[in-house]
Parts: sequence; structure tokens; C-alpha cells
Amino acid sequence: MRSSAWHPARDAARRREDDRLIHQDTDTHPPEHARPATTIDRATFRTGLRAGAPFAAASFLLSVSLGALAVDTGFPAVAAIVMSAIVFAGSAQFAAVSIVAAGGGLGSAVVAAVLVNSRFLPMGIALGPSLAGGPVRRGLEGQAVVDASWAMAARPDGTFDRSFLFGSTAIQYVAWLLGTALGALSGGALGDTDRFGLDAVYPTFFLVLLIHELRSGRGRGVAAGGALIALALIPITPPGAPVLAASLAALIGLRTRGDAPR
Amino acid sequence: MSVDPWLLIVLCAVVTAAIKGVGPVALGGRALPDRATGVIALLAPTLLAALVVTGVAGQDGHLGVGVEAVGVAAGGVVALRGSSILVCVVVAAAVTAALRAVT
Repeated sequence: MRSSAWHPARDAARRREDDRLIHQDTDTHPPEHARPATTIDRATFRTGLRAGAPFAAASFLLSVSLGALAVDTGFPAVAAIVMSAIVFAGSAQFAAVSIVAAGGGLGSAVVAAVLVNSRFLPMGIALGPSLAGGPVRRGLEGQAVVDASWAMAARPDGTFDRSFLFGSTAIQYVAWLLGTALGALSGGALGDTDRFGLDAVYPTFFLVLLIHELRSGRGRGVAAGGALIALALIPITPPGAPVLAASLAALIGLRTRGDAPR
Repeated sequence: MSVDPWLLIVLCAVVTAAIKGVGPVALGGRALPDRATGVIALLAPTLLAALVVTGVAGQDGHLGVGVEAVGVAAGGVVALRGSSILVCVVVAAAVTAALRAVT
């Protein structure tokens, strides 16, 4: 089944749901994901690693060009690598470094990073209920949110598979770091990485995730709405704002019950 | 470069961590109401669609489409035919690079 490669967390949730229905006469416990765990399920983590691998490969290509861009801009190579290690938010890093490269100041670079990252705010709010433990622990676990992992770890009931999320993010993190190091240390040798077509990588990455999201048929209307909002705002707002504003299209989900949208 | 790279890195790390952490810190372990869950389930397609549009049609704050749009479209066609993400991304980059070389 093709969907299992794309939404392993959903398939696992479906299987657990089946088990629950089978055992519900004897088992009065709520389904596993009703009560978030604090331990990591190793098998699910490995499933996440495998599902994240192709995204890690794509991230690697992107981070090579990020590393090269940062060093071209005047960052010491070690600074470019540390940035990927502690910021780990690809499009925000590109935005901030590009602004500095174009002669922009510290303030505008940081504001751009905030705006580009602002989509992680609704993503974190969605993830929150699926995390357990104290606030510090939850805050740290929330750092594992990156686009592909978040989208793949989503279950049909609106909860998230955190072990899967960690696995999928872990492999992308390693790839992101290695790619940045390669790009930074090879310095100007790569030249303008746009000639390799790497600027097409990110949008393609998102398009593929979107295509798989929309396979079910539901969500097409809001996706179109989000796209139109973003398109309308591109010329009049700073980078990042169109994506955040587009998330408002999802508010149409208020009209529905929690079990309806997918 | 007029900016201290280390200061930029630390500030970016702090704001990113704060943005990613707010939801989990505020909402840990607490089930959201059904209506909120309905919104969340629609967030992924909405945000992804917006990211595709801004990635393809946003050129430094202006509307515009470059050759990479053709590459992305090629990647999308390959995705619809069931290829893995890596194949899609390589096709998109290769088409973009080829077009850029001839234009």
C-alpha cells in the first residue's frame, strides 16, 4: 500500500484503533494515544528514521547550498555549522543569511527568521496535547518539529506520534548538519548553487507532502484557500507572513466536528 | 558584512526555540476540544500549499515565476506517478538546472 510509506504514523494509529475495537469488551483503557507517553517507542522511532530518510537526503542538498551561502556572506565556516546545529530551521536560516548577504542589518535578519518560522507556532499548538511530562521537557521535545516530520507524524484524530516525529527529525538533523559542514568547508568551490537547481528542492519537497496530504480528497478547499491567501500577500508583506496568514484558512475546520476533516 | 554572525546565530536560535516551544509548553498532555482538532487536521494541507506558493511565486517579496517553477512542476508530476520524494527532488533540481543552463 503506497500510503504506508507516507503516513506510517496514521497507519500505525489505524492498526491500534482496530486492536482497540477488537479488545474493547475486555480492555477498558483508552486508546494508547489518548494518554501521551513519556517514553520513546523504538520500533516507531525506526519507522520515523526510514520515513525521514528521503527528506534527509533532500535536506542534505539544501544545507550544502546554505553552508556555501553563509561562508560566501562572510560567516566563519564554524559559525555556519553551529547555526545549523542550534537553529535547525532551514528556511529561516536561508532567510536570515540571505538578508545579511544582501546588506541587511541584524534586526531585519532576525525578524525575517521569526516570520519564516512563525508556521511552527500553529504546528506546536497542534503537537502540544500529544506531549507529556513537565513544561521544560515538552518545550524541548517541541524543538523536534520540522515540516516533513510534523506532517508525517500527524494521526487522523488530530494527535501526533512523538516517537515517529523524533525518528524522522533525527535523521534530517544529522543530514542538515553534515550538508552545512560540506558546503561551509568547501567554501567558494561550489560557486552559485542555483545553477544546480537547488532552489527547486524546497518547494518540491512541500509539493510532494501536499500531494500526499490531498490524496484523501479532503482538505483540498482549504489548501486552495491557503495558497490564494499566500499568493495575495506575497507582494505586500515581508517573507514568512503570507504562510502564517494562510494558516487562517484552516479555521474553516471550526465548522466541522473533530472527526470530520480527513 | 556589517552583522556579527555569532550574535545573529544566537538570536535566531532563541527565537526559533521560543516559537517551537510555546505550543508544547502551554498545551502539554491536554486534549483540545473537537472543534480545535478539526482546525488542526486542516493545518497541514493549508501550510504546505502556502509554502509551495511562496517557494515558487515569491521572488524577494515580489510575485514572479522563474525556471525553478518548471522544475517544481516536473517534480510534482513525478510525485503523482508515485515516485519517492528523493526522485521528485532530483528531477526538479535537474530540470531547473538544465533550463537555467540554456536560458
